[in-house]
Amino acid sequence: MTELKHRIEGIAAPLPIANLDTDQIMPKQFLHGIDKAGLDRGVLWDHRFTGDGRLKPDFVLNQPAYAGTRILLAGPNFGCGSSREHAVWGLQQFGIQAVIASAYGEIFYSNAMNNRLLAVLLAEEEVQALLDESRLGATPLRLVIDVARMTVESPAHRFAFTMGARHRTMFMQGLDMIGASLGHQRAIEAFAARHWEAQPWLKDVAGRTKARLDAQASTRAAG
Amino acid sequence: MTGRTLYRKLVDSHTVTRLDEQNVLLFCDLHLMNEYTSPQAFAGLHEQGRGVPMPAQNVSTVSHVIPTAPAEPTGHRIIRNPAAALQASNLRRNCVRHAIPLFDTDDALQGIEHIIAPEHGMIRPGMVVLCGDSHTTTYGALGALGFGIGTSEVEHVLATQTLVYRTAQDMRIRVDGRLPLGTTSKDLILMIISRISAQGARGHAVEFCGSAIDALSIEARFTLCNMAVEAGARGALIAPDQAAIDYVLARAPDIVGELRERALAHWARLASDDDAVFHAEHRFDASEVAPYVTWGTSPDQAMPVTGSVPAAEGAQRLSTEQALRYTGLAAGMPLEGLKVDHVFIGSCTNARIEDLRAVAKVVEGRRVAPGLRAMVVPGSGAVKAQAEAEGIARILIDAGFEWRQPGCSMCLAMNDDILAPGQRCASTTNRNFEGRQGRGAITHLMSPAMAAAAAIAGHITDVRKWNIASSESAA
Repeated sequence: MTELKHRIEGIAAPLPIANLDTDQIMPKQFLHGIDKAGLDRGVLWDHRFTGDGRLKPDFVLNQPAYAGTRILLAGPNFGCGSSREHAVWGLQQFGIQAVIASAYGEIFYSNAMNNRLLAVLLAEEEVQALLDESRLGATPLRLVIDVARMTVESPAHRFAFTMGARHRTMFMQGLDMIGASLGHQRAIEAFAARHWEAQPWLKDVAGRTKARLDAQASTRAAG
Repeated sequence: MTGRTLYRKLVDSHTVTRLDEQNVLLFCDLHLMNEYTSPQAFAGLHEQGRGVPMPAQNVSTVSHVIPTAPAEPTGHRIIRNPAAALQASNLRRNCVRHAIPLFDTDDALQGIEHIIAPEHGMIRPGMVVLCGDSHTTTYGALGALGFGIGTSEVEHVLATQTLVYRTAQDMRIRVDGRLPLGTTSKDLILMIISRISAQGARGHAVEFCGSAIDALSIEARFTLCNMAVEAGARGALIAPDQAAIDYVLARAPDIVGELRERALAHWARLASDDDAVFHAEHRFDASEVAPYVTWGTSPDQAMPVTGSVPAAEGAQRLSTEQALRYTGLAAGMPLEGLKVDHVFIGSCTNARIEDLRAVAKVVEGRRVAPGLRAMVVPGSGAVKAQAEAEGIARILIDAGFEWRQPGCSMCLAMNDDILAPGQRCASTTNRNFEGRQGRGAITHLMSPAMAAAAAIAGHITDVRKWNIASSESAA
């Protein structure tokens, strides 16, 4: 069973880039797998490495003090763009357990929740306050995120955040979502029967269309 | 009871059960899959010993990794990258195992998921359509609620034909007036995104309406709804009108006779009630639309082609600075005249037959500028065949364009169509993100006619000066 999880504590790396899209979080060359392995390598690749594959020493996640970063302090609309869940898998494999931002791309947010990568929503000023604190500190900022109490604590600040009850439970307890939905299997079947009774043109559209196109193609080939 | 929006009606009509205050279990009429966001979903399914109960409501295509180079002499399309080839063969194996229809690499109708689904009548008004691809918002053009999902959700849909869905807020975007000659729905959506920002519609399902929307062809509406996601929209809808119904019926030979009458009666109700309340509203005047071009690294960093690169100031200072550093532009530089190395015409946004007709109109009798590489990647096998039958392919080839095989291609450069660092591309795609078309490559988003004109001129140019009638506003 999945372990109970409610507290994330550790170094928060500042990454104040607006609209940091999932193409940047996980570039195309790392999307050729049929499993989830090895995606930690690709995380923020163009930010971490030069064109010829050398480490960029200035990038925050490459600085020795930020080794072991667990939290990203990110800009607004983090994870916008492509639906690729590889971005979330990669961040987790890289050791990131939580992201803090004032807004997220919606698909990224769902993907994060489905994988128990905590996506904390704070007000823009609150994120800015943490970024300022991070910038002024002599050592990397350390944060404590308590999901049970829904707070983010830094040495100087304590901010409350909100998240849906469902997402909170998913994060804390883990949840076999598919298993839970399969509990509704009879309701789904009954729904589908009613739905197709009312709108028969919605039933098996993909299957029927492909069969029709294949039949046309073979008639053409035969003719 | 107060009136409902079209979005609420679609959510309500697909709600199997309400899970809590925010979430419903939403039934999915059509689930599309590709080779790169589905493998881990199938693997998860197999690990748990779960099946696919409704395979005929699902369909797959090999779209993202497939090379677009002209076919081998054998007629076969060969994927030389072993990892990409494995993704394709893995998709085939998964589809065979679960009896899911597949447009395989060698299928003459293979293409981009968002192009093949509607062109063969698989998208119908009132549907909920899901796909592990963010541009699934495209289907709102036909009054179907479509949106992108992640791979965990792909697995959930495969196993249950439903999604745990958090409902969105309602936004209405009204556009009245006439699109000026030389502008298209691509220019309109770029203008809208530039005004409301890349997160302006976040959390919302957007309904487009108004006389300018009514006047758009269905293909132009696909482009509009496709890119609504670049403003963060969780869905985009246009109430189906006669044009949408005609489009669907022409492609759905099963909807005939009594079924047709019932469908028409059903579709007539697919509109927001007069007293429906929207959480947010925007209004735009179509006459303000000009040919739009992006100058930065986010789709909202766009302006009319007659504009000059903005200065980094105000709230956007940091992101503007960062974008200009990447795109190699400086404040005050005019967009017109900016030299491009590459032109790419393709993608789920702009690779339909009307797009290619608009390109051919600009290109006919002209030549691609020396030293510039220009590619056309039709959206599907059907689009390609039609363009060849209409003589469009000939015009493009004679002008010096590469006429390629269908696929997503250089929109995201997951196959071998990729730009070199520093190359500047005029592109009909949807995202100008850093590195999207290749590390260090610079993307300028624009309409097909604008990209075609750039290919001929060798630099970004205002297509309105070329005295070519717009196919869309002529419609």
